[in-house]
Amino acid sequence: MSGRVTEIEIGKETGHYGPRQPVMTPKRESVLLNLSWRAFTVWYRDIKVWTKFYKASILGNLGEPLLYLLAMGWGLGRMVGTVDGIPYIEFLAPGLICSASMYAATFECTFGSFTRMTRQNTFDAILATPVSLEDIVAGEILWGATKGFLSGTAMLLVMSLFGLVKSYWAVLTLGLAFLIGLLFASLSMIVTARAAAYDFFSYYFTLAIAPMFLFSGIFFPVTNLPDWAQTFAWFLPLTHGVNISRALFSGDLSLKLLVDLMWLVVFFSVLFVIALRGIRKRMVL
Amino acid sequence: MSTVLSASELTKRFGSFTAVDGISFKVDKGECFGFLGPNGAGKTTTMRMITNHLPVTEGSLSVLGMQVMANARKVKARIGVVPQENNLDTDLKVLDNLLIYSRYHGIPKKEARHRAMELLEFFQLADHAKSPIPQLSGGMQRRLLIARALINEPELLILDEPTTGLDPQARHVIWQKLRQLQSQGVTLILTTHYMDEAQQLCDRLVILDHGHILIEGSPSDLIRKHAGSEVIEIRLREDEDKESCLDAIGGVIPEGTEVECSADTLYLYSSDVSSVLANLTAESDRTVLHRKATLEDVFLRFTGRDLRE
Repeated sequence: MSGRVTEIEIGKETGHYGPRQPVMTPKRESVLLNLSWRAFTVWYRDIKVWTKFYKASILGNLGEPLLYLLAMGWGLGRMVGTVDGIPYIEFLAPGLICSASMYAATFECTFGSFTRMTRQNTFDAILATPVSLEDIVAGEILWGATKGFLSGTAMLLVMSLFGLVKSYWAVLTLGLAFLIGLLFASLSMIVTARAAAYDFFSYYFTLAIAPMFLFSGIFFPVTNLPDWAQTFAWFLPLTHGVNISRALFSGDLSLKLLVDLMWLVVFFSVLFVIALRGIRKRMVL
Repeated sequence: MSTVLSASELTKRFGSFTAVDGISFKVDKGECFGFLGPNGAGKTTTMRMITNHLPVTEGSLSVLGMQVMANARKVKARIGVVPQENNLDTDLKVLDNLLIYSRYHGIPKKEARHRAMELLEFFQLADHAKSPIPQLSGGMQRRLLIARALINEPELLILDEPTTGLDPQARHVIWQKLRQLQSQGVTLILTTHYMDEAQQLCDRLVILDHGHILIEGSPSDLIRKHAGSEVIEIRLREDEDKESCLDAIGGVIPEGTEVECSADTLYLYSSDVSSVLANLTAESDRTVLHRKATLEDVFLRFTGRDLRE
């Protein structure tokens, strides 16, 4: 039997038609083999659509983290004074670049991708061409990461206007924003693969994204937390992004950051493969 | 004549439900091949296996000489797909729908624009190149779907219910375009549950029900073989059944006449209708209809008259 057919798993529930029957050859080939340059055509499609609404989109992505920066930085900052020897608003800024990227990629690959996959049947239309399902998912993730990058860029520009950027190393936060975007776009695609309806995403935002936003060291040093909570924070990808970003903003770099970087890269790679498999399992019955 | 598609013992199961149950058929180059069947017969599932959207459970399916799925990219590069559900990209305008689609096919930009303009012209959509999709009528959207499926100049065009939900004018335009494409050498495979559509377009068709092929042939052959040339419909009165109606009309039904009864109508299929008519003692208040046999008679005889949901 042909290659792709062998990917059906034994005994897995399809969700619609009851338990699956065993298939003759339960060999499984890697979803990565179905990837190609065509992922960029899907990415291009999303960019093309975005350019029509980019003003509203940038404003939307920029708005919230900027409000946090101003409200917390000015309002709370007056009470807090300095953290680790720097004014509170400067402490806050690097983390908010990370969260801006996280939110942009997450919105894109939950609500955006879900709409294209289900309501608009865009995935189905693209699947009728030589583009594979893996190309589509990779293109969507790439686009989610691009939006993360764009949000990060907008934030960095505004922050430098406010004089919050003290080191040229801070330019590298743009690359970091892209990596964080890749990671959260992948994580979101995994959620999207399992989502039955839009409501499902509110769980994800409340249970995963909100804790990430609050406990990854954006607003206060993770070391303020009790030990068990610090361990928990270590497992939050955003914590590592914030570590790197803060170091880049201050120019105070150390080799320890490589661990954070590796953490992000490895975690992204794993999530990416799970995302490819998840969407395939949902779309190909 | 060369074979464009051949399926042998093609089977698709979803869990314990068998949607397509070991069907075999061949499609020749240049012909229009139809799948006729009630809802849930397995038509769309079969189409989606041909278009590489669904993996085959058992059996073999070769399209343009290649097994599907294993050669998904190569097969998809050479076929065009018109889905049952409109999946035009509503985020893009008409022309951009074609241009972006041509990118998925890897068609160079200049060539893509040239083909897109030609297709818009052919499908009478050139004036709407810059229109947003929701502004198009149902018929225009369907034409654009077909245009999009042709952007890679496919040898084989798969159409799943190409005119469902369209008004008669829009349907005729699409039929005309499809016949034109066929005359240009494109092989067509379509599903429909419209008998007139099948009769208009298909050189050959199969009637599919519950995942099985019931019969296969050209529309005219099927009608001749399975419904005769003419049909008499006799409307039953209230509290009358098949036997009492036959008694009432006092007709002696000649040898070889097939009688079928559905809810309120008796159907007589005979090659010798005139003698049947002569034998009918006309009752002035009874509705008797004498007409030519159609594909619909064949269809209903094979798939039954029960309602499908």
